[in-house]
Amino acid sequence: MLLIHCPYCEHDRSELEFRWAGEAHIARPETIAEISDEAFAEYFFLRDNDKGVTYERWRHIHGCGRFFNAARDTVSDRFLMTYKAGLPKQPVADVAATEQTIETYEQTEGDAR
Amino acid sequence: MSGSPNNLGAFRIKGAGRLTPARTARFTFDGKSYTAMEGDTVASALLAHGVHLVGRSFKYHRPRGILSAGPEEPNALLDVARDSARRQPNVRATVQEVFDGAKIASQNRWPSLAFDVGAVNNLLSPFFAAGFYYKTFMWPREAWSKLYEPIIRRAAGLGVAPKEEDPDHYANRFAHCDVLIAGAGVAGLTAALSAAATGAEVILVDEQPEVGGALHFDASTMIDGQNGYDWAQATAAKLAAMPNVRILTRTTVFGYYNHGFLGLAERVTDHLARPGRDLPRERLWQVRAKRVILATGAIERHMVFANNDRPGIMLASAARTFLNHHGVTVGRKVGVYTAHDSAYEAAFDLKRAGVTIAAIVDSRAKPGEAVVAEAKRLGIEVLTGHAVLDTSGRLRISSMKVARIGSTDSRKIAVDALIVSAGWTPSVHLFSQSRGKLRYDEAQQRFLPDIYAQDCVSVGACNGTDEIAALIDEAAAAGGGTVAIGGESRFAWTGGMIGAAEGAGPDTTVKAFVDFQHDVTAKDIRLAVREGMHSIEHIKRFTTNGMASDQGKLSNMHGLAIAAEMLDRPLPTVGLTTFRAPYTPVTYGTLVSHSRGDLFDPARQTPMHALQAAAGAAFEDVGNWKRAWYFPRRGEDMAVAVNRECRTVREVAGVFDASTLGKIEVVGPDAAKFLNLLYTNAWDTLKPGKSRYGIMTREDGFVYDDGVVGRLAEDRFHVTTTTGGAPRVLHHMEDYLQTEFPDLKVWLTSTTEQWAVIAVQGPKAREIIAPLVEGLDLSNEAFPHMSVAECTVMGVPARLFRMSFTGELGFEVNVPADYGAAVWTAIRERTEALGGCLYGTEAMHVLRAEKGYIIVGQDTDGTVTPDDAGLGWAVSKKKTDFVGIRGLKRPDLMRDGRKQLVGLLTNRPSDVLEEGAQIVADPNQPKPMTMLGHVTSAYWSENCGRSIAMALVAGGRARIGQTLYVPMQDRTIAVEVTDTVFFDKEGGRIHG
Repeated sequence: MLLIHCPYCEHDRSELEFRWAGEAHIARPETIAEISDEAFAEYFFLRDNDKGVTYERWRHIHGCGRFFNAARDTVSDRFLMTYKAGLPKQPVADVAATEQTIETYEQTEGDAR
Repeated sequence: MSGSPNNLGAFRIKGAGRLTPARTARFTFDGKSYTAMEGDTVASALLAHGVHLVGRSFKYHRPRGILSAGPEEPNALLDVARDSARRQPNVRATVQEVFDGAKIASQNRWPSLAFDVGAVNNLLSPFFAAGFYYKTFMWPREAWSKLYEPIIRRAAGLGVAPKEEDPDHYANRFAHCDVLIAGAGVAGLTAALSAAATGAEVILVDEQPEVGGALHFDASTMIDGQNGYDWAQATAAKLAAMPNVRILTRTTVFGYYNHGFLGLAERVTDHLARPGRDLPRERLWQVRAKRVILATGAIERHMVFANNDRPGIMLASAARTFLNHHGVTVGRKVGVYTAHDSAYEAAFDLKRAGVTIAAIVDSRAKPGEAVVAEAKRLGIEVLTGHAVLDTSGRLRISSMKVARIGSTDSRKIAVDALIVSAGWTPSVHLFSQSRGKLRYDEAQQRFLPDIYAQDCVSVGACNGTDEIAALIDEAAAAGGGTVAIGGESRFAWTGGMIGAAEGAGPDTTVKAFVDFQHDVTAKDIRLAVREGMHSIEHIKRFTTNGMASDQGKLSNMHGLAIAAEMLDRPLPTVGLTTFRAPYTPVTYGTLVSHSRGDLFDPARQTPMHALQAAAGAAFEDVGNWKRAWYFPRRGEDMAVAVNRECRTVREVAGVFDASTLGKIEVVGPDAAKFLNLLYTNAWDTLKPGKSRYGIMTREDGFVYDDGVVGRLAEDRFHVTTTTGGAPRVLHHMEDYLQTEFPDLKVWLTSTTEQWAVIAVQGPKAREIIAPLVEGLDLSNEAFPHMSVAECTVMGVPARLFRMSFTGELGFEVNVPADYGAAVWTAIRERTEALGGCLYGTEAMHVLRAEKGYIIVGQDTDGTVTPDDAGLGWAVSKKKTDFVGIRGLKRPDLMRDGRKQLVGLLTNRPSDVLEEGAQIVADPNQPKPMTMLGHVTSAYWSENCGRSIAMALVAGGRARIGQTLYVPMQDRTIAVEVTDTVFFDKEGGRIHG
């Protein structure tokens, strides 16, 4: 179970109190009624689903109720930082070293396939 | 074999062990009565009475004995009962402590353990090679579930689960600590002393009843000049007295998850003869540790040779535990077969206790000099460079066949027990679960922790630290403090050998067991490789090696070595199967804890629930809610009751509990602006005191939720949602408010449970509530349809809506939940006095369908636009923005021929369609037919005197008047497409 730091409560709390809310930093277009089909598809349907550091939204739904942003390494499941909604995307330190330490499926299952 | 109450067993050694003879416990095994000593495990108690045969193997039904003295036990799985309900199958005899009155039985045998009919499988074993089931029972397919599987499951199996409900209760606790230490042997205790000295909050966990770990058997270790086991107990007492230390024994760290989260199972009462009723049987600990120290030790491996599974053959460390801890010898004339020095220590301890050691057979040419010298001093014959090629004995080993390696010249040595050791496997299970990466230690042929993924450190035998001095230093350093402990031991946790021993190599056909619990032999693993399995993950699944409840604690390394040899590849490239939680089996009771029965998935009840139950309501589940479904009177079935309720509402009036509808209070200067963005409708034009039906779409333009919204003041709206949609609608609103429109001054509050909602619907609705309502003119002129007002009802502050989900004159009375029952009772009494009745959700469904009112989630399915549902009028054409405005303009949502909601009338009025049934234009077209849509709602309408239905049909509104067909399994039903209003098409009644 993940341990998540709520930037509003300023406490580490169990994953049980939170709900994941999708990729972060996808702003709803201000003139959404006028945008092209392609722009709408990009905004609403398409997500990056990166391996490694991803920026995502969480909500402290069973706590303060606030949505906030998090940078999480999807390989290690480590939260690199969390920050309040509305702040620009926060840079995170080089996580290459972190990733290297982590056992991936390929490393675990051997190379015999 | 059964003894008098004072007979503690013929195999007890006087003066040996740490148990107290004064405290005894009686138990039965397969109906025979035995006496044990307090502190005995089931295994040690049976061995004390000379009982080795305790089970039959999984597949071949071979006689099996006790192999180990710990949680790795694959054979001695027994059924342990207090009474018929408190019975647990597959209990490891080596872990279960004996308690007075225990009823213990062997498993997987019929009619008896000594004579088991299933043992014929052993003779048929050439047919039961690995992969046999996969290949043999392929077809006919139907026979699998009816014939093959039941028979295979009965023949090849473990214990039988109890059918009665578990009468015990289980508890659940959360804990936080600075350091959690798994394992309380020398390393764990040292680390705990060190960490505790720094003031850190420490939790020290061990699965055994007492601390000490390997000191239970290793009598050669001295710490600070004291016997190791005694030092361990004294140290535990010292630690327990410290306020910052918690010691949990009989507790297994079964899972190591993300971010320092660990699952612990504490066995609270399984060892007690008469547990207090208030005690939970087991307790689940969910611990969040800042740091974890793994001191989980190592597990001894067996030797893989022909017929290595007879009762009486066991691990050397197990024999030593039974002797040094329980005071029990495993035989009178014991053989030793080893590839590691540690088995010698077991032989020495047995010899000193007066047991004959037949011979020490060592596959190595050069064992350690010290042990050879000691063996010589004790007069034990040592055969170096020799192997045990085979064993004899039907229900217990009687002899071993020994030969020099490479020679066929063998000699038979009579034994009644054979203790074996191939060396030690570090317990890296928890380290692997934490996603740490292992490295292969070529010299010692073992996997060791390498790269850590969490704040965690391994110390001692599980880290490949073999000598006691280094082990203590490492553990002390890991604790972060300083401790000065001096230890000495003849014991080292080195690796030893892995793979098949002499006589069980690739050119042989003998049964040399690798995995005892699943009856996997060295031959099976080689067969898997020959059949093309080249990854250990495939070999594991083909042979089921390591897939039993012991999770391959003994078999993984042997299996891997045999596969690597066969593949002629370096062992690490064949791969190591992933260790997963739980480390040992955990009962469902522990995991489920209090969440069972009524607490498994708690039901939500409205304030009027009890009154409706008393009125005879049948309830249905809607989300987590219990809703009154219908109110049958004496002699009525559901259909009759629902028909009466539907008729009564339209003729007189009915009372309905609408409390479960979601309610959200939307407040603030920008409340109307916010609702304009969240709903398709326009809200700024709605005047205070009025309400409106609203549709909410998602950004993609599809209907998400609906409900009536009342405006109480310029800055205050009372929003209702569907019953099931309330939480997600609030989440959706909060999402937009907080992240997309954060500048709007709006506050959202869930008020679903604050209000009891009583709907009164029907021509006499006004007459019913008028005397109860204070301060409000209910006339059509003053309070027309879709009005809302704050008033008092029976003196209680209320919100009164004039609205209707039936098409009748209707009101919804909202009063604070605590007053719901009282107001309900008064309204019900007036209603019934005037000839009305209570009605439930089924009548509500029928009545709304008669009027063509949709239910989101029934008549829509997440691909339906407001226009598809016939609600295009609710989408504002003037607004420049709302959630869904762009999605609705997508080409596919605007094209012709989309499925639209229409009415269907069956040609035969008595035919009621099935919801979900498919609709076609031509029932005679070839299959697969072109399907035009499906029936979403279908009912018998008492008020229309016929069946009615709604359906989503491609280009539906253009088909009104056409005949379509609904093919069913036994017939085809012709239907006429209509609009969706079946009753009171003019809609006059609502304004009555």
